Amino acid sequence: MEKDKTLLSLQNISKDFYGNVVLSDVSFDVKRGEIIGLVGENGAGKTTLMRILFGMNVIRETGGYHGKVCIEGEEVHFQSPFDALDAGIGMAHQEFSLIPGFSTTENIVLNRESMRPTVFNDVFGDRMSVLDRADMKRRAAATIAKLGVDLDPDTLVSEMPVGHKQFTEIAREINREKTKILVLDEPTAVLTETEAEVLIKALRKLAASGIAIIFISHRLHEVIDVADRVVVLRDGVIVKDTPVAGVTVRDIASWMVGRQVTVERDEESVRSFTEDIFEVSHLWVDMPGETVKDMNFTVRKGEIFGIGGLAGQGKLGIPNGIMGLFPAGGDVKLHGKPVPLNEPRLALQMGMGFVSEDRRGVGLLLEESLEWNIAFTAMQIQNKHLKPVFGGLFKVRDEAAMRTLTQGYIDILHIKCTSGAQKAMELSGGNQQKVCLAKSFAIAPDLLFVSEPTRGIDIGAKRLVLDALHKYNRELGMTIIMVSSELEELRSICDRVAIVDEGRMTGILPPTADLAEFGLLMTGERVSKTSKGEAVNG
Amino acid sequence: MRSLKQFGADFGWPRIIIFFFLVALFFAAPAVGVRVDASLSDVFNRFGQNAFFVLALVPMIQSGCGLNFGLSLGIIAGLLGATLSVQCGLHGAVGFFGALVFAAPFAIIFGWLYGKLLNKVKGEEMTIAMYVGFASVMFMCIMWLLLPYTAPDMIWGYAGKGLRTTISVENYWFHILNKFGAIHFGQFFYFPTGEILFVIFGAFLMWLFLRTKTGTAMTAVGSNPDYARASGISVDKMRIISVIISTMLGAAGIIVYEQSFGFIQLYGAPLAMPFTAIAAILIGGASVKKASMLNVVVGAFLFQGLLTMTPSVINSWLQTDMSEVVRIVVSNGIIIYALTRKTKVSK
Amino acid sequence: MSGKRSFGRFLRENAVILLFLIITVAAIKPSGLSLVYIGQEMITRLGRDSFLVLALLLPIYAGMGLNFGMTLGAMAGQFGLILAINYNILGVNGLIFAALVSLPVSLLMGYVCGAVLNKAKGREMVTGYILAFFVNGIYQFVVLYMMGSIIPVRSRAIVLSRGYGIRNTLNLDSVRLSLDNLLAMHAGPFTFPIATFLVIAALCVFIIWFKKTKLGQDMRAVGYDMHVAEASGVPVDRTRIIAIIISTVLATIGQIIFMQNMGNMATYNAHDQTSFFAVAAILVGGASVKKATIPNVFIGVILLHVLFVVSPGAGQKLFGEAMIGEYFRQFIGYGVIALSLVLYAWRTRRETERLREGLRGGNMAAANAAAAAGEGEAK
Repeated sequence: MEKDKTLLSLQNISKDFYGNVVLSDVSFDVKRGEIIGLVGENGAGKTTLMRILFGMNVIRETGGYHGKVCIEGEEVHFQSPFDALDAGIGMAHQEFSLIPGFSTTENIVLNRESMRPTVFNDVFGDRMSVLDRADMKRRAAATIAKLGVDLDPDTLVSEMPVGHKQFTEIAREINREKTKILVLDEPTAVLTETEAEVLIKALRKLAASGIAIIFISHRLHEVIDVADRVVVLRDGVIVKDTPVAGVTVRDIASWMVGRQVTVERDEESVRSFTEDIFEVSHLWVDMPGETVKDMNFTVRKGEIFGIGGLAGQGKLGIPNGIMGLFPAGGDVKLHGKPVPLNEPRLALQMGMGFVSEDRRGVGLLLEESLEWNIAFTAMQIQNKHLKPVFGGLFKVRDEAAMRTLTQGYIDILHIKCTSGAQKAMELSGGNQQKVCLAKSFAIAPDLLFVSEPTRGIDIGAKRLVLDALHKYNRELGMTIIMVSSELEELRSICDRVAIVDEGRMTGILPPTADLAEFGLLMTGERVSKTSKGEAVNG
Repeated sequence: MRSLKQFGADFGWPRIIIFFFLVALFFAAPAVGVRVDASLSDVFNRFGQNAFFVLALVPMIQSGCGLNFGLSLGIIAGLLGATLSVQCGLHGAVGFFGALVFAAPFAIIFGWLYGKLLNKVKGEEMTIAMYVGFASVMFMCIMWLLLPYTAPDMIWGYAGKGLRTTISVENYWFHILNKFGAIHFGQFFYFPTGEILFVIFGAFLMWLFLRTKTGTAMTAVGSNPDYARASGISVDKMRIISVIISTMLGAAGIIVYEQSFGFIQLYGAPLAMPFTAIAAILIGGASVKKASMLNVVVGAFLFQGLLTMTPSVINSWLQTDMSEVVRIVVSNGIIIYALTRKTKVSK
Repeated sequence: MSGKRSFGRFLRENAVILLFLIITVAAIKPSGLSLVYIGQEMITRLGRDSFLVLALLLPIYAGMGLNFGMTLGAMAGQFGLILAINYNILGVNGLIFAALVSLPVSLLMGYVCGAVLNKAKGREMVTGYILAFFVNGIYQFVVLYMMGSIIPVRSRAIVLSRGYGIRNTLNLDSVRLSLDNLLAMHAGPFTFPIATFLVIAALCVFIIWFKKTKLGQDMRAVGYDMHVAEASGVPVDRTRIIAIIISTVLATIGQIIFMQNMGNMATYNAHDQTSFFAVAAILVGGASVKKATIPNVFIGVILLHVLFVVSPGAGQKLFGEAMIGEYFRQFIGYGVIALSLVLYAWRTRRETERLREGLRGGNMAAANAAAAAGEGEAK
């Protein structure tokens, strides 16, 4: 009867961002009391799908979506997250949306507090009602009991362990009377094992009470453990929608990463390398969202070493930590010499370069010209592009030299711009990325870190960027460590591909290895025995 | 038409209004019996007098420290230099440059300490700068009374110790710069060539500095500190350098001011000076994060123009002194405008 | 070990109060003033200044920092007093009239101030400070030029000799001490302005009650984290404006209370130092930019003003110059504000770093454990 009622129905959802298709004909249903495990790589479309479901502004601002979202059989058009909340959809985010100075109770009932009207209401409005704290506590306790966790209603959120914050966040969502569907985005990411078990039990309890749950996670064994059905998204399309019974972790992993097209590699032969240039041992990096816990690997001179993995697992923390942008510790050696950590200047002076994944935030001076951007690091670290004036009394920017330098890169990398004097913020994403590359090429590093080199760039520009990296590697012998969430691009130009999960390297594979293997390493299901850095053959 | 609107939005309608207001005043002047040549002369003189203060704001804006409400510290260093110069009985050019030389070490030390403090409070620099400035001025008030100055021109006659509120430099280095190559046009027009040349020299040095490796790094720090850090630049070090330079220029500024104005003003005088300099540079088109030499020159000129013209024209016209009100509304209004501008988020 | 650390923390968190206490107590003896005199001054000033300082509480509560824009409210109150004197309304009725007349102006000022501060998020304190100067210009324009000319003034005695504009000093005899004396109580050598204290107590009760309302809770949420509050549907901008409006109205009433005790009003300067004294007082009392309680207000008023009272005498005795005492007062006032702001900014950064280190520490332990396990397996 009620048990099988369809609460949420997504029908033929499609979405593109200015021509770039992100979701294509996505349809699935969620029944009352069902737990759906939603699985997919980065860029598969999970986040966009959830944003559509939650009525976020960014969807409307970029052209809306096609298809229908139906709640309990009726089509809905959410104009804002508040509409979604009203319709009964709750979402617990990865970064908690809690007020640190408030207690558990206050957070759970935030902006839905129990109130008693006062005389002032007539004149000054509803907000002059007095809070009924006893009732608030009662409601909060009821919700906590519904979850079945051990939370103290009076503790301040700022003094709670991380796991409890997660529970409070979820409690807030289900405290809303209307909540019928709960979306959880990587809920166990910050939990210890015991806390994760408690959460899974709580979710089962919730589902039993009739709430439908969409559980997004990359921890496949958890998905199999708790979900009734698993839905796999890949490249914006649903590739599998099946009950969990009988499905193995390996199955899901291969659905997640499997592709129809074969990988194009420029050279068939496997290159061999003689010496090690770079050794990393027990590296940890405190980069919020991309924490590195214990990384060990070795890179050979002249190779293109790829580092992949799902978002938030720590791969981006590696170059940021080594180049001194975030606190780090451990042992890093370049050419056998120890690399001092937490020192951006020294890292650069030793001959390493870094193209950051945060193009606009770290990689560019948006309001300055391309000439400034490209010549800057070389000027500051290597004293290039300066000319003496007044008989050597001062050294000022050699604008002519900067112009020549920039024009050179505009030609080599085909940077589309009006001239070197154009402001960086006016270029397209792809061309901005080329400027960032040029900045690093200009210091001629021995070892170049590139993070997410083709993120947000169209196909044509992607090819050019990868070709440029390929060229510098082959012609100048520049060793490249490439960090990317796009497995395909890693497999297309790297000599070896390492996979990172939960702050550690789970394995290193040759680019031609079976896709399922990559998938398993990404989801932490398989930790290769030789994760210390030797290539795995077959 | 759209580009005109864009220009207006970028440049700021308040600035455009102020510009036209000033032009209108110049046109109205003869009609109410105010001599244009005397007014122009006044404007140039006051421009030269105050330009260094406005220039002093540039380094800290460029390095991301915001508007230097604590310019009083530099002014105090300059006052120490000037009083020491008079104490030593130095006259003429020696006196003027002596004041600069004496002020320099104070300016560097104050700037360094002030810079270290600002580094510890990133994000709330402006309010703290204001109050550190005020507290320092008050502290110096106590010092002016206690320090062992002895030159009879400077101390209170009857008490025998403690510096006077205003000290005349008439016998020392009054107009030492202004006189240099001054141009007279008739009875009312006097162009202080030496002073203007000195200002141009200062602006030129600043322009040159901003083009050096360090100056380039400093601009990057203000423009995007993460970018600068990723390129190996020490954000803290650049900020301290900008504060020291700003303080030194403030010190030089008050000495230039004194040689033109004719008096060394101690005690509470430095309290209001940072605000006028800040209003000037903002009127010239600078923002909280970016300032150029053009902003300095245009701003100082417009602001001093307003201060000169408004009292004389409006007073002659309305037979009443509304200059104070206009000054307060204009200078504070432009600062509020700058503070409430959203820093545009680029694509 | 932990005992030592918590003592250090106690010192750091109450550095300002302790410093002040030491300086004040040290200055009492040299000032030559009797304890009775000092005691009476404390009582009088508590009555005179507390209301103004209490006006600062709600903006701090709502995360907007120290409301230097309270001067706008003070100016509105002065405007009301001018009109009360103009219509020659005596005693407490005069005060009530002044408050009622200034109310619309005060509400408008509060709204403008709140709206401007919303446009300058992250720079509220500087903007509020400059806004006070700006509106001061408008106040001068109205009071110095429009009153008596465009705005009719009945009582020519308060007008400047030139025919328009209010006099520089306004005699407030008609309402002088009207509130203070309404219920004055004498106990020994001391006189207590009970009526004033009752008004202040009423405000305290209001504030305590207000924090229990939904609006109060919303302000608190906004004060902690604007983004989370907004995501939960709290109207952040509106809530902030309401906080400023309330603060401005309270400053208006506070300034009227202040003036009735002073007895005469420097028309163009009385409000110049209002925010400075109020902010210095609350900071001396132990408040910070993010947190202020009612006890902070009273402790601060007492400490600050005792120091202000004894400084000139102490300056004279110790240095032979009364002016030094005067400058010292100002120096301490500005210095305490600067110190509090610095301590607050410094402490906030250290808190964030300490939180991050805590997270990292966890990672380190996990990392080392895993490394050890990994080593064992690989072998």
